[in-house]
Amino acid sequence: MSYDKSVLCGNESAAFRLRGLYRRFGYTQYKMNKFEEYDLYVRNKDFLISDHVITFTDTNGRLLALKPDVTLSIIKNGKDTPGAVQKVYYHENVYRISDRTGAFQEIMQVGLECIGAVDDYCVLEVLSLAARSLTAISDRAVLDISHLGLLSAVLDSLLVPSATRAALLAAIGEKNLHELTALCAAADVTAQKTALLRELCTLQGAPDAVMPRLVALLTGTVPAEMLASFSRLMMALVTAGLGHIVRVDFSVVGDMGYYNGIVFKGFVEGVPTGVLSGGQYDKLMQKMGRSSSAIGFAVYLDLLERLSAEPRSYDGDALVLYGAEDDPAVLAAALEQLTADGTTVLAARTLPAGLRFRRCYRLNGKEGTLDEIDA
Amino acid sequence: MRSMLNVALPKGRLGEKVYAMFEKAGFPCPSILENNRKLIFENEELGLRFFWAKPSDVPIYVERGVADIGVAGKDILLEYAPDVYELLDLGIGKCRMAVAAPEDFRDDPARTLRVATKFSRIARNYYEAMGREIDIIHLTGSIEIAPIIGLSDVIVDIVETGTTLRENHLEVRAEVVPISARLIANKAGYKFKGDLVDRITAGIAAQVNGN
Repeated sequence: MSYDKSVLCGNESAAFRLRGLYRRFGYTQYKMNKFEEYDLYVRNKDFLISDHVITFTDTNGRLLALKPDVTLSIIKNGKDTPGAVQKVYYHENVYRISDRTGAFQEIMQVGLECIGAVDDYCVLEVLSLAARSLTAISDRAVLDISHLGLLSAVLDSLLVPSATRAALLAAIGEKNLHELTALCAAADVTAQKTALLRELCTLQGAPDAVMPRLVALLTGTVPAEMLASFSRLMMALVTAGLGHIVRVDFSVVGDMGYYNGIVFKGFVEGVPTGVLSGGQYDKLMQKMGRSSSAIGFAVYLDLLERLSAEPRSYDGDALVLYGAEDDPAVLAAALEQLTADGTTVLAARTLPAGLRFRRCYRLNGKEGTLDEIDA
Repeated sequence: MRSMLNVALPKGRLGEKVYAMFEKAGFPCPSILENNRKLIFENEELGLRFFWAKPSDVPIYVERGVADIGVAGKDILLEYAPDVYELLDLGIGKCRMAVAAPEDFRDDPARTLRVATKFSRIARNYYEAMGREIDIIHLTGSIEIAPIIGLSDVIVDIVETGTTLRENHLEVRAEVVPISARLIANKAGYKFKGDLVDRITAGIAAQVNGN
């Protein structure tokens, strides 16, 4: 049966496009229960965007939670098979506290995870799918990509206390050059290293424009193979025709306790926060007793709700008013004729309060016709 | 249609100084100086739209993306912790966040310290870093009166000249953090209007560094 795509909200149609995209690259849908053992989230609460979870006691006394996250469940329920990669996508609702309202929200989320023997191709594929996810949502999109391994190596080279290291990372995340400089001065970081950090904080742009400078900047400070691998990956995205969306930007910082390599964030014009977020999370895998690697991302569909171009001016194409004396069969026949070309119609005895229609008709019960009237 | 860069300026003397910096940097909007009740001012040629906002609301406008950039005090940024870029310290609106207490107050580390403040997050973070247990008393105004009438032991508040403290026999016991006005940007907006934001930032930074 065909359907009218205009009935879908912006986030619903985006969800269908994204699911189709992930299926084309061999990702299979991962369906899961709405509930999960609360213990899973207590042990990994730093990984969650919000550590508040809706809990309840099951009939057998187990403490369960409405899942605030999908990734943890996928990791928990999978197992390592040497050399194998599990590629899954999900389209699920999660329940977490909104950092804006402070109240619990049901959030529709689509995403994918690539878990197992993750190689350079897998990372490239996931980044490509993240970029293509953004273009499936809007033609004005940016995918910022950073590398926590490189950032970590730079911070290690400074030999500063952990509190200063955390503050420096926060300053890089805010593109806060004045704070970065003040922290370096307070921690006796050399002028050369301070200059390197300042440039890393401001360096941003398309891979082909930025990578030569980044390589020159970091050579000698970070592991050579890590830098070369990042460079190859970024240039491969350009070769794949995604250079106009992808940007190198080290202000994307994640929790270094969970993420280790590539981290990324996606933006579309018209939405004030990132709509896509992801990265490599081998450290989380280790914390959960898994020995393999993983990379994935989530698209926050709730944020796309306001992205549709224009608010609706009308609630329907036509309103048909009828009387108590009218024959239901005559009314049904008139409506059938009116809706045949896709016109949306509401039949009612009186004009419904608060609703607007393009046209208004009154049923002529004797003739079986519709007379157009002023609304 | 050309997309405009929306700028939230803090109402009051600080906002007027900030606007002067925009103007000097080559990003003026002459209609903003007209004496009328308009709320929004545009320079279509430069693609700029300015509006005045309550200073404590500027980070909300910027984080929510209705303003692409704005200027807010570091005190508000530390307290509200918006997810924005902090691009520049404007070096104006300087003051300090400090702990103040009655002149004769002697701190007993064995007791929970009662702290009255408008800036609960800043106070909590400050004492947490010291490992000190405190009881936060959140007030919205007239903070100085709290230790005088016994509501709190100390206050954490903004100190400019220190005159109000002195006149009420209070004194600064410790500086928490220096405060000044900061240029902030919405993260998503910066991705699509970054060139203009960078030009404005550079134009204002030249004045800050020249001071």
